[in-house]
Amino acid sequence: MLDASGISKIPTVPEARVDLAVVAELVPAGVRLLDVGCGDGSLLEYLAAVKGIDGRGIELSQKGVNAGVARGLSVIQGDADTDLATYPDGAFDYVVLSQTIQATTHPRRVLEQLLRIGRRAVVSLPNFGHWRIRWQFLLFGRMPVTEDLPYSWYDTPNIHFCTIRDFVELAKEIDADIEKAIALDAWGRKLSFNAPWWFWNLFGEQAVFVLKRKG
Amino acid sequence: MQPTEDPVREAETSRHRQADQPSSLVARFGPEAPLMLDCGVTLAPWQIAYQTYGTLNADRSNAVLICHALTGDQYVASTHPVTGKPGWWELVVGPGKPIDTDRFFVVCANVLGGCMGTTGPASTNPATGRAWGLDFPVVTVADMVRSQAALIDHLGIPDLFLVAGGSMGGMQVLQWASAQAKRVFAALPIATGARHSSQNIAFDEVGRQAVMADPDWRDGHYLSAGTSPKKGLAVARMAAHITYMSESSLHQKFGRKLQDRETLGFGFDSDFQIESYLRHQGSSFVERFDANSYLYVTRAMDYFDLAAEHGGVLAHAFQGTATRFCVMSFTSDWLFPTADSRTIVHALNAAGARVSFAEIVADRGHDSFLLDEPEMHQILAGFIASAARARGL
Repeated sequence: MLDASGISKIPTVPEARVDLAVVAELVPAGVRLLDVGCGDGSLLEYLAAVKGIDGRGIELSQKGVNAGVARGLSVIQGDADTDLATYPDGAFDYVVLSQTIQATTHPRRVLEQLLRIGRRAVVSLPNFGHWRIRWQFLLFGRMPVTEDLPYSWYDTPNIHFCTIRDFVELAKEIDADIEKAIALDAWGRKLSFNAPWWFWNLFGEQAVFVLKRKG
Repeated sequence: MQPTEDPVREAETSRHRQADQPSSLVARFGPEAPLMLDCGVTLAPWQIAYQTYGTLNADRSNAVLICHALTGDQYVASTHPVTGKPGWWELVVGPGKPIDTDRFFVVCANVLGGCMGTTGPASTNPATGRAWGLDFPVVTVADMVRSQAALIDHLGIPDLFLVAGGSMGGMQVLQWASAQAKRVFAALPIATGARHSSQNIAFDEVGRQAVMADPDWRDGHYLSAGTSPKKGLAVARMAAHITYMSESSLHQKFGRKLQDRETLGFGFDSDFQIESYLRHQGSSFVERFDANSYLYVTRAMDYFDLAAEHGGVLAHAFQGTATRFCVMSFTSDWLFPTADSRTIVHALNAAGARVSFAEIVADRGHDSFLLDEPEMHQILAGFIASAARARGL
């Protein structure tokens, strides 16, 4: 990337999205990558600059698409639920779905599509099993509203919340290998790799998975 | 031709002259370089009229081809010799504009079948010494692209940095990207489709029937007969012009406002502003456009169906392409609705192409691509800048 002065600069990922930095760590250099729900293209731009990936994006919001295209990224307007079907098998090395699966109508179908299109899928998601969410629900008996999940139940785009353990189960059901998994606490720090699933499920505010098709 | 006092007549004469002797540059091809048409006819001699802007660099790598729409011409960024109006895409093409003529060598040619200096029905048929009229062979979008490719060869340009165009221009862009994929680095098809829809063919047919219903059309031989099917062509233009706008833009611009009157006239004058506007669109169009050209060029659009040429699978038209695409549509365009652009995008995805797609929120219908739409210009600029970086320009 060149700024107005012609000096090369590496774009930064927004601080609020620590999961993007983790995704960037998990993606090898030079791969062909599709970012599903790419927003304004921050991650794609970052990965292109730092990892030299050949990136494409799909984004539902017009604003995000236009921002991405104006930045010179290959971004199309589309919907994870419907438009992934138009891509051929194995079109990408990596397909990224960051903080989007909970907003899809058919998460299982989307996940299957990701693994059909890409050799690997990187999925990041908010963990609905985090202790603070459990605590709110237990204490107040109302749908939790947190800093990271700030919507009320009636206007949330997040229609299919799951916990880390739920997601692990789904991965098993669709016969995907979990190659890597990382959980982040409320401050964006990685939880110990050796911690058991129940610990992650309680203390991970979000998780990032690398899935691979079996066989 | 004697000079005359009548300005309308003068404009008409000037237009007729343009068909054979355009004010622009022109490349002429003799019998040694015939054009093989889809209909089976071999056209020779033939010529293609074009304009250029900017300078071709030493590597010959900065050439941009702009493809014009149905009634456009080569005067994309310079004054029209017949109407005296500015170029039709000066908002996009020029110094410092998204297609920057300070950086790129821009070529725009009149389409085959047109009437501004590229061989078409208004040109003189060398076999008879009279205008071709309906003896001119029916041409296709692929033929148009063949003629442009011959021009690009003639100019010594190995491959194009960018091919861009809206509407029928976008069809040519898709045809270029399919038939001449290796010669197209980046492609910008705007407000277009990979085929003309049934509804679009229907509108074209209304326009053609209006022309042919005019007694002055004389079975296409009006030029030799010294008549001009102005009424028919004006009606064709009026009907077509409606399809270039949107219900909401018409409502905002004209509503039910009356023209130069306080009350309804209880007659068939143009009571309403919209009527007056359309009549003006019709009458000014006939001064600059040839009626037979209108038949041929609309026919070329009707025949366009890129998937049909590739076993019915549009993705096959782009198999293995390395071209970067930016597809754009407008929310209020009902002539080439967003669904048409999505079809193109899905095919490009299936072919593994590098493609961007943006639907611009704009309420002025199909013609939005010609208008001041800052969001479109911003996206164009972003796409072109990144493509230029990738090409090392």
